[in-house]
Amino acid sequence: MKPMAERDFANPLPINTADRGGRQQPMLLVQSLKKHFPVKSGLLQRQKGAVRAVDNISFSVLKGETLGIVGESGCGKSTLARLLMHLITADACTLVFDGDPVSEIRGITLRDLRKNMQMVFQDSYSSLNPRLPIRNTIAYGPVVHGMAKSDAERLANDLLNRVGLRSEIYGARYPHELSGGQKQRVNIARALALTPRVLILDEAVSALDKSVEAQVLNLLNELKRDFNLTYLFISHDLNVVQYISDRVLVMYLGQVVEIGPVEEIYGNPRHPYTRALLQSRLSMNPAERVTEPPIGGDPPNPINPPSGCRFRTRCIFAEGVCEASQPTLDAVTGDRHPAACHMTDPMSGHTKAAA
Amino acid sequence: MSVASLSDLSAAPPTEKLPPVRGYWASVGNRLRYDYLTIFFLSVIAIIVVLAILAPLIAPFDPTKSHMAYRLKPPGFRNFMLGTDELGRDMLSRLLWGGRTSLLMGIFPVLLATLVGGSLGVAAGFMGGRTNTFIMRTMDVVFAFPSVLLAVAISGTLGGGAKNGMLALTLVFIPSICRVAESATTQVRGLDFVEAARASGGSTLSIVRTHILGNVLGPVFIFASSLISVSILLGSGLSFLGLGVEPPTPDWGLMLSTLRAGIYTQPLLCALPGAAIFITSLSFNLVSDGLRQAMDVKA
Repeated sequence: MKPMAERDFANPLPINTADRGGRQQPMLLVQSLKKHFPVKSGLLQRQKGAVRAVDNISFSVLKGETLGIVGESGCGKSTLARLLMHLITADACTLVFDGDPVSEIRGITLRDLRKNMQMVFQDSYSSLNPRLPIRNTIAYGPVVHGMAKSDAERLANDLLNRVGLRSEIYGARYPHELSGGQKQRVNIARALALTPRVLILDEAVSALDKSVEAQVLNLLNELKRDFNLTYLFISHDLNVVQYISDRVLVMYLGQVVEIGPVEEIYGNPRHPYTRALLQSRLSMNPAERVTEPPIGGDPPNPINPPSGCRFRTRCIFAEGVCEASQPTLDAVTGDRHPAACHMTDPMSGHTKAAA
Repeated sequence: MSVASLSDLSAAPPTEKLPPVRGYWASVGNRLRYDYLTIFFLSVIAIIVVLAILAPLIAPFDPTKSHMAYRLKPPGFRNFMLGTDELGRDMLSRLLWGGRTSLLMGIFPVLLATLVGGSLGVAAGFMGGRTNTFIMRTMDVVFAFPSVLLAVAISGTLGGGAKNGMLALTLVFIPSICRVAESATTQVRGLDFVEAARASGGSTLSIVRTHILGNVLGPVFIFASSLISVSILLGSGLSFLGLGVEPPTPDWGLMLSTLRAGIYTQPLLCALPGAAIFITSLSFNLVSDGLRQAMDVKA
């Protein structure tokens, strides 16, 4: 990777250095986040049930870290991202941003939260307005927040240069004149335009081919260092998550099943689902061929999730206790690598529970 | 596009010659420039419009003054270049003046309907839910009537006259334009860039103005331009039935109606206003077609 062209050291881009809560305060505290999409049917549109897209999730994001979020398709990763951005309203949630509760008295407003937290969307095609030159797309946020149009456009130019697109060439272009990788760079620049402290990257590199993906990942790493950012990196690509994350959160069917430092999750996975996920990765070594499917069947229907542990229908260690009671993530308090599995809890009564 | 993929790997050398960057409308204009058919009919429209505007200056006679001695005379009779009608009025002057009313009948209702129907459609599409259901079902009720019947019924109820005729035509066009605007808005509304704008803190009004309108205006504009010819025809139809323009005001539809009586003695005279209507509406239709092609770019 070549160094980014045209870095303007004389005119540094604004960096958000605000730090209200101090070093120890997590950047983001999410408590019992819940979103059930109602399923309606019939003539009167009566509610027949609910898709439990995100069901009682709690976690925290530390300052300056990259928290990877992995899980199968449909496990609620993208819903989680949209809930955090308040693009869809949560049924229940307590969100604390750097010590300030969001949209509560004495907290910060939604508008301020959005200034501090931005999102890069997965689909680089539909996330840019086809009728707007990319410079205006980037400048839109600052203008909405009261910046003068000329200043916002200058900022947009600087940001374009920063993400590796020369503004005098690309600034006036329309999205259909750019490649996928270039569009994703524009998306990143747009997200940075409000000088956020947290960036949610929802499958930001999944649609790119491998070489471009690597460039964008390197760009993200550089930006994180230069702008003092905290990332929430959502992906289904385990290798990418391993590369970029400090900690990893594993989701299954709307719930967190395991969370911990990246080396522990990848080196010593505790939840059978995490283990199954990791085993599904293909090896680069032809001698280590995967010959049997590591995990069977489809994820259960999120409208009627299984009782007890949600993974028990596909888990080879499932026992009576798994059906009877739901394992909790913080069974062992103070653990830096908790897993929601009865086998990790000595008191659960599971026969394989570690004593 | 040589620039697209390679410059990703490393910044392009500054010496590289780049294609000029064109805005959307500039590129539409560029495509139109090579569409000779559209240009031809665009100039036909321009000539008709100019003739109608200049009617008071170039019309050889007063369009309402009748020469009772020379009724239903063929073209070329004395000073009457295109002949005289059943009351001995100069056909050329009446056609020129009639173009004013007919063009007005064609353009004004469409303009008004685009404004009203477009706003309603964008509102319905963007807000969705019950607002959408309410607006669109109301439109469906109006839509259920055949357009000619509805126009006749409305202007019949309101009474004749050009103003009421135009109002009737406006009401007829609102639902269809509203539907086009609504479907275009609904298509755009769910896309990620609208979400991104909301995530940037944009208010509803600002999102609609910056991100929705630009994507909706094109299809609405194309559809509305295709309605102009329909409006001219319907307006002429209303006048033909005696519901639009009142005599002795010249109007192509009205002329067609009154000259009908003389169709066996002077068939050519009767064909003249018909030809005017035909040429004008055909031109508007073909130009609208050309516009649609020029604006139909991969976005």
